[in-house]
Amino acid sequence: MDPTIILAAGVASGTVFLFAAVGEIFAERAGVLNLGVEGMMLMGAVVAFGTAVGTGNPWLGLLLGTLAGGLLSILHAVITISFQAEQVVSGLALTFLGSGLARVLGENLSKAGAISLLPKTTVPLLSEVPGIGPIFFTNQSVLVYAGFVVVPLAWYWIGRTRPGLHLRAVGESPTAADSLGVDVYRLRYAYVIVGGLFAGLAGATITLAVSPGWFGDLTVNGAGWIAVALVIFAQWSPIRAAVGAYLFAAIRRMLVDIQGPEQLFGFPNPFFQDHNLTFFLGMIPYLLIIAVLVAVSGEALRKRLGAPAALGIPYVRGERGH
Amino acid sequence: MTATAPASRPARAGRRPGWSLRLERRLEVPRWLPVATTAGALVAALLISGAVLWIAGGNPVAIYVHIFRSSFGSLGVLSDTLVKATPLILTGLACALAFRMRLWNIGAEGQFLMGAWGASAVVLIPIVPAGTPSIITIPLMMVAGMLCGAAYGAIPGFLKAVRGVNEIIVTLMLNYVALLWLSYWVFGPWSEGGFQLSRPFPPEAWLPRLSDAAEAVPAFAGLTVHLGLVFGLVAAILVRFYLFRSRGGYEVRLIGDSPRAARYAGIDVARKTIVVFAISGALAGLAGMSEVAGVVHRLQQVISPGYGFTAIIVAYIAKLHPYGVVVAAIAFGALILAGREIQPSGIPAMIQGIILFSLIASEVLLRYRIRLERRVD
Amino acid sequence: MSDPPADPRSLAVEMRGIVKRFPGVVANDGVDFDLRLGEVHALLGENGAGKSTLMNVLDGLYRPEGGAITVFGRPAEFRSPRDAIAAGLGMVHQHFALVPTQTVTENVLLGLPRPRFRLDAGRYDDEIADLAGRHGLAVDPRARIWQLSVGEQQRVEILKMLYRGARILILDEPTAVLAPQEAMDLFRTLRSMVAGGTSIVFISHKLAEVAQIADRVTVMRRGRVVAAGVPTAETTTAALARLMVGREVLETIERTHQPPGPFVLSMRDVEAEGDRGLPALRGITLDVRSGEILGVAGVAGNGQSELAQVLTGLRRCSAGSVTVNGVEVGGKTPRDAIVQHVAHVPEDRTGVGSAPNLSVADNLIMKSYRDAPLARRWTIDTGAVRRFANQLRETYSIAAPSVDTEARLLSGGNLQRLILAREIASEPRLMVAVQPTRGLDVGAIATVHRLLLDQCAAGSATILISEDLDEVLAVADRVAVIYEGRLVGLFDAADADVAEIGLLMTGGRTSPAAEPAAAPGVP
Repeated sequence: MDPTIILAAGVASGTVFLFAAVGEIFAERAGVLNLGVEGMMLMGAVVAFGTAVGTGNPWLGLLLGTLAGGLLSILHAVITISFQAEQVVSGLALTFLGSGLARVLGENLSKAGAISLLPKTTVPLLSEVPGIGPIFFTNQSVLVYAGFVVVPLAWYWIGRTRPGLHLRAVGESPTAADSLGVDVYRLRYAYVIVGGLFAGLAGATITLAVSPGWFGDLTVNGAGWIAVALVIFAQWSPIRAAVGAYLFAAIRRMLVDIQGPEQLFGFPNPFFQDHNLTFFLGMIPYLLIIAVLVAVSGEALRKRLGAPAALGIPYVRGERGH
Repeated sequence: MTATAPASRPARAGRRPGWSLRLERRLEVPRWLPVATTAGALVAALLISGAVLWIAGGNPVAIYVHIFRSSFGSLGVLSDTLVKATPLILTGLACALAFRMRLWNIGAEGQFLMGAWGASAVVLIPIVPAGTPSIITIPLMMVAGMLCGAAYGAIPGFLKAVRGVNEIIVTLMLNYVALLWLSYWVFGPWSEGGFQLSRPFPPEAWLPRLSDAAEAVPAFAGLTVHLGLVFGLVAAILVRFYLFRSRGGYEVRLIGDSPRAARYAGIDVARKTIVVFAISGALAGLAGMSEVAGVVHRLQQVISPGYGFTAIIVAYIAKLHPYGVVVAAIAFGALILAGREIQPSGIPAMIQGIILFSLIASEVLLRYRIRLERRVD
Repeated sequence: MSDPPADPRSLAVEMRGIVKRFPGVVANDGVDFDLRLGEVHALLGENGAGKSTLMNVLDGLYRPEGGAITVFGRPAEFRSPRDAIAAGLGMVHQHFALVPTQTVTENVLLGLPRPRFRLDAGRYDDEIADLAGRHGLAVDPRARIWQLSVGEQQRVEILKMLYRGARILILDEPTAVLAPQEAMDLFRTLRSMVAGGTSIVFISHKLAEVAQIADRVTVMRRGRVVAAGVPTAETTTAALARLMVGREVLETIERTHQPPGPFVLSMRDVEAEGDRGLPALRGITLDVRSGEILGVAGVAGNGQSELAQVLTGLRRCSAGSVTVNGVEVGGKTPRDAIVQHVAHVPEDRTGVGSAPNLSVADNLIMKSYRDAPLARRWTIDTGAVRRFANQLRETYSIAAPSVDTEARLLSGGNLQRLILAREIASEPRLMVAVQPTRGLDVGAIATVHRLLLDQCAAGSATILISEDLDEVLAVADRVAVIYEGRLVGLFDAADADVAEIGLLMTGGRTSPAAEPAAAPGVP
């Protein structure tokens, strides 16, 4: 129950949520709800792992896993943007499809042997900074460091650049953007695919860095949905999403660590005594997500924040609300 | 939007002269079109799935024939198909009802499990002493199952009604919570000999089946269709009546089409949200009860091969109509039954995904018609 | 009646033989139109005549099925508004195309290739403030759109075009959202732009304005041009009206003024908050009697929506009381208002007043489905519903193939008939009508007015909330002016002075006689 270990683990596995959430933030900021994150993560995970097993090259696995997520998202983009179908249902269909396809592809992978993971390193000077160093910069996968870079870049892109201005306009008021020559359809396609790529990356992060191995649906086990929830918690801000991702993952790790020791803070550990009680521990992350959403709903109402105004609504040129 | 809504798609630069395809907004939808597009989508889905199966090294035609034979080929397998369809009818109705009001109840799976738990609790706690006749036990189990499902459904309903919390995520999270809850009881207090199942239910807690009457009617021997099917059919009739002939159902349809108009009409949308979510949960809970009392006869960790999720597709294929749900549920019952033998195991899920995609893609034809025209540039 | 053809080089825009079709209607049927350099050319016609469509074709939003366009002497084939802007042509629509959560500067910069990558808003703030000042379009570049008034938002729209170097400006019904004074300011701005070389097309259905601002006017009716490029100096309002409508004109409303009956509605010091938490209604006090129409005039965004919502239970008032026939409906639900026979013809026909995908019948029973004869304990008598719906369909001439037709297929006028039919059938004691004739053609407008007046004669009290001052003055018995959530004037319609009302609508001054006192004899 060492806080440093817990937080470091949180940073490590939180990177998965982080990638998926940042990708979803891009898509939703453009106005498209993508609930297929779970399916895309599964595809990314299985393709990455399978490639690494087959070729022995985890980097190739990373690349292909990321692309797999992007490919799947194209389906969602076509159906929701060009065909203007209901985004919620399309996302669910994508989840079914992605998880089924992933299970098919991963049929024999659960018996695969060990693979070489992506390298882990320790950053020289930074890892010695007291408190922060051991958590963020010590013995973390390269993907974790990639995450550190991705978040501020995403924040900068969205809020401080011209393309980011267009992105936000497309999600808030596609009519206005369209009237000024911003190609709403093309931008939405682009950002949905970006979201898919990130989801694939997140899946690859699981099997190549965090918990290698293929266990069917359990490989991702709801992380995609948690990422979608984190986006709401983050109020569509990449930095807040990162904080949420790391914290959530740390809490999960803590709940695992609680089960181990015989004594917990000097008292007999109930989870050690009755192993069945750990099921309740397992509930906590999911209940926590619900609690967070409830808390955020109040805040959003108070501060009049909220989702991008056009989120979930297909854009059809020429239909104004009369 | 008036009948003269403009609809030109943007012309893309650099097109060559010749024929071109244009999407033009439809003014009205002919009666037969939704059926045609649904049928067309299903055919397309079968073709696509067949192609995928072929790529994966299987023989699609053989697989499809096998599926058909192993679900409808004889009275025995037909009965098995109906057994699989029974929970799908009820959970399909649960989803269809909620979706009619644009309440995305993805938690039918969790509500199913809680219903199963509640029904089992009647027998396993026990709430009634052993030996109580089935005329009391069964209805009590039904009530318990429905109450647990309703309460579990009311949670996301309440959160959405009062705080506008996204029900998709809440119901999904609660699915996992329900499974964990069930697991605790099955591994713990109710565990039989340390295994992950409860002790078997006494015969009074078994739903009657056709094979019970095998002495009187020899043809019924071995047929495991149980009373749960009747629950499903009755529920379908009731839901249909509710939606189209009752005041409550009118309100559901109005809210589903335009929540703002519903509020303007004086409807308490928040209260309705909770009520409909609860009803939806109750239906799913009843499905759970029917599964433990009619099929498994005990509580165990795995009682659902994803009924709550398949129900979403069932509801969608049925275009949210209660009678359509019955038909679609039987078709998917067949798929689940035969799918158990198909390797790899992800194929039924994949087919389900392809079907759902085809359906929503086909809906574009309900809003637009395709025009082939000669470009005169 | 038009001038001899002008030298093409002095034409900013020339449109010949424009044909534009939509499913079921020909919006432009071989239309010719030209715009001279440096002129203000009005495009006049009633709603549905095809004016906006024609200009949308010019602006590149629609591709015409036939015809040719030249802009500044060069043939123009615009595939999108972006092409039009590149050619120097910008359009300001009735419904603004602005992103509410972003600042003025961000909205102006949207879609432009500069800045290349980094968004340095500060530098552009000054540039835009400068541009605004030069054209007399005062607005704070750092403000977010949702914080601005409608008039200010319109200025942002114009700025967007000017910033892109538009030399031709098309304005679609710009004064629909402005008070008389703001309209004057706009005209001044337009005149100065014209002096600086801009050419302007001014789409309108208001004759008086056209006479004021335009050099020439083209009249359209049912997709065709009925008078092309007539110099305004050479024609009269009456002649234009006749051309616009095709018959001897303007609606003359026959009013039989009722002797006022007992008080139906009483509002006392009502306060309410708007959606953003800012005060929208501040101390509204008024009374309406049965048989009387009280018109509430004002520029959009001064509390009209909130007033209607408070009266119908869609918004709670934070202070004060609202009583209908003595029963308090102030802090209550829409259902309570409906029970007190408060009828509501809402601003938003398609989003609030009707359910687009439900049938006409289902829409007609929205207020009455809970009671006999349409309903028994828990069920709805579908036979009775059909009879009821068919009866209303006939009585109110709702043009629909059957009562099973989906509501979204009805035209604007017919949808409004449906809504009025439903509301009137509920035998209202108080009728709240908000913008009831927006977007309707003259025939439909007359019908709506007639129905409202008939209701009055039958004994309802009516509040007519409208941004169209002409309508309010023509129909109402008394006129109140709302400004920033307060009632700043209360007149008898007969004594109303347009200039004074216009001043009040923009916060000019409160007239001495207009402290809206409670009518005598009311508690």
